[in-house]
Amino acid sequence: MKYDMILAGVGGQGVLSIAAAIGLAAVDGGLHLKQSEVHGMSQRGGAVQSHLRLADRPIHSDLISEGQADMLLSLEPMETLRYVPLLAPDGVIVADCTPVLNIPDYPEVDALLVALRQFPRVHLLDATAIAQELRNARASNMVLLGAASLFLPLEASALEAAIAQLFGRKGEAVVGRNIEAFRAGRSVIQPV
Amino acid sequence: MTAFVPLGNEALAQGALDAGLSGVYAYPGTPSTEITEYIQRSPEARTHGVMSAWTANEKTAMEAGLGMSYAGKRAMVCMKHVGLNVAADPFMNSAFTGVHGGLIYAIADDPSMHSSQNEQDSRFFAKFALIPAIEPSDQQEAYDAAFYAFALSEKHEIPVMVRMTTRLSHSRAGVRRREPLAQNALNLPANLMQFVLLPAIARRKYADLLAKQNEFVADSEASPFNRYEDRPDTSLGIIACGISYNYLMENFPDGCPHPVLKIGQYPLPRALVARLVGVCDQVLVLEEGMPLVEEMLRGYPFDSGKVRGRLDGYLPRAGELNPTLVARALGREDSRSHFEVPSVVAGRPPQLCQGCPHADTYRALNEALEDYSQGRVFSDIGCYTLGALPPFNAINSCVDMGASVTMAKGAVDAGLTPAVAVIGDSTFSHSGMTGLLDAVNARSAVTVIIVDNLTTAMTGGQESAGQGHLETIARGLGVEEEHVRVITPLPRQHDANVRVFSEELAYEGVSVIIARRECIETAKRKRKA
Repeated sequence: MKYDMILAGVGGQGVLSIAAAIGLAAVDGGLHLKQSEVHGMSQRGGAVQSHLRLADRPIHSDLISEGQADMLLSLEPMETLRYVPLLAPDGVIVADCTPVLNIPDYPEVDALLVALRQFPRVHLLDATAIAQELRNARASNMVLLGAASLFLPLEASALEAAIAQLFGRKGEAVVGRNIEAFRAGRSVIQPV
Repeated sequence: MTAFVPLGNEALAQGALDAGLSGVYAYPGTPSTEITEYIQRSPEARTHGVMSAWTANEKTAMEAGLGMSYAGKRAMVCMKHVGLNVAADPFMNSAFTGVHGGLIYAIADDPSMHSSQNEQDSRFFAKFALIPAIEPSDQQEAYDAAFYAFALSEKHEIPVMVRMTTRLSHSRAGVRRREPLAQNALNLPANLMQFVLLPAIARRKYADLLAKQNEFVADSEASPFNRYEDRPDTSLGIIACGISYNYLMENFPDGCPHPVLKIGQYPLPRALVARLVGVCDQVLVLEEGMPLVEEMLRGYPFDSGKVRGRLDGYLPRAGELNPTLVARALGREDSRSHFEVPSVVAGRPPQLCQGCPHADTYRALNEALEDYSQGRVFSDIGCYTLGALPPFNAINSCVDMGASVTMAKGAVDAGLTPAVAVIGDSTFSHSGMTGLLDAVNARSAVTVIIVDNLTTAMTGGQESAGQGHLETIARGLGVEEEHVRVITPLPRQHDANVRVFSEELAYEGVSVIIARRECIETAKRKRKA
């Protein structure tokens, strides 16, 4: 078994927290893991991505080859499209459709959504709005993780345990609110 | 025990701690920063009294590390590749003095320039200094490298480079730890003249260093970081350095059919290289960074015509490798993209945060400069370099740490008056002070703006060496009291700040304007903590 993921977003959106939760669940489940991160200048509001690879045997490369990613999980619609060359022909896209408008030449959002809907297995959700409805705007990344969890080779309970571990030092209330966001995301979409 | 899944940088840091490290010295710089940060956060490091310090710059870091080694203890000095340029003087000379306690230079290169001004390859520096270098291929090797490099360093009394690259520095994987070693006791070199590089002694030390070269090669031949993997298909042989070994193996899940020489220790193991080149029809060289090994193998003008790599287009001449590029060099078709990036996608460069004090400084400076012709603002390395981009378009240079002040002075010498330098507080402490002294001595019409956000922001908020002393330093270097000004870069101070800039631009001598407001990211983190 191997499962390769690209996590994408804009610096500051919480891409690395998603990666950390999946990583914890995977390692606790005895899987091998390699996960590359972007640190430095791009974290200042630029495009950021993380390659996350899970397998039941040792993994060689820290980076995923073109056309090999099983999932593209993205916190932002335009950032999703930036990494599609890495996606496998039957790869799944799970993406937040709310744009981060921090550049002057951001394209028409509708044009992005049209482009995204061309992909065979794409799930767009408004994770940002769902998180806001839960009065937990910062947890849109956990909403998205919840939606993605339907496809991951990991149990939901293992991911929830990882979220508890990740946010544990911030107290039970924060853990509870993040798990609530995770469950909300998980209930939004149907796997195909 | 919970699994240990560190970044490559963290693996190296934990390895150094477990291998009896007594002190780490560093100046922050992507992709090297997490090595020192890990040690600063480590409870074990605190328990064992491991010294960890951000220093004024990479040169002072390396000299402090050399001093700890002189006193018999194991030290590690960390920096990014361009930091090694700053530390080149102690780096080259410490190869001559040699070391006493084990000494590691952990240098993190940034091929593809994710966060850098250039993509130089530090293996050339190791070769230049004639010292051994370890290039780990994965996180486990990064951990093991610390043990191995300290032992090698103490065996040959030589500093050893551990060369990291961005993808290994910033990628996580599981690592197995070993039984920790004790730190060395305080003890001085047997020969108290070992570190005295007077010419007569230096000549002897150089002869010693040259004499050690064959031993370094012999160590490389037997190194656990170098491995010859014999395989039947000799139509091609592959030399894979550092992390590129993983990209190669990624392309052969069932094992590579060709002989492979994995390289993780330099100088090159000559016999192993000769064996591979001898039995294979062609040799593909994979290396992260510049074509160091490839160039050595081509041996112009005796090029055998066997060697393939970055110099003949099999691989790109510049930039980091990845499994797809390696697949193409191998002529394999199975690694390819099925989807193209739609043309609607726009670039998203990094930018100053909402509410960043640098933005207010640039808005005021731009307004104050409206009366002058364009192109007179020299700047430096840090978050404020992003002032080069829209909407500010405020600066005209970013070259190396401290160059803003000295380039502005040179431009004034050429007749561009006034000239402005925009430099961060940490960069000023690093390499701006000496240039300011040059400007003061020349009574140069330079306006130096120190954008003081009270931290080293770009690399994540490390302490800044000059913090709390900037006015004193400026006055101490001879800037006149009334031309050392402090402003608060806030929108409501805009008009007042424009006036201060205008007044000092009109002054035909050295002014220092300190634009002081805490980095909003640092402030946010402090509020949370």
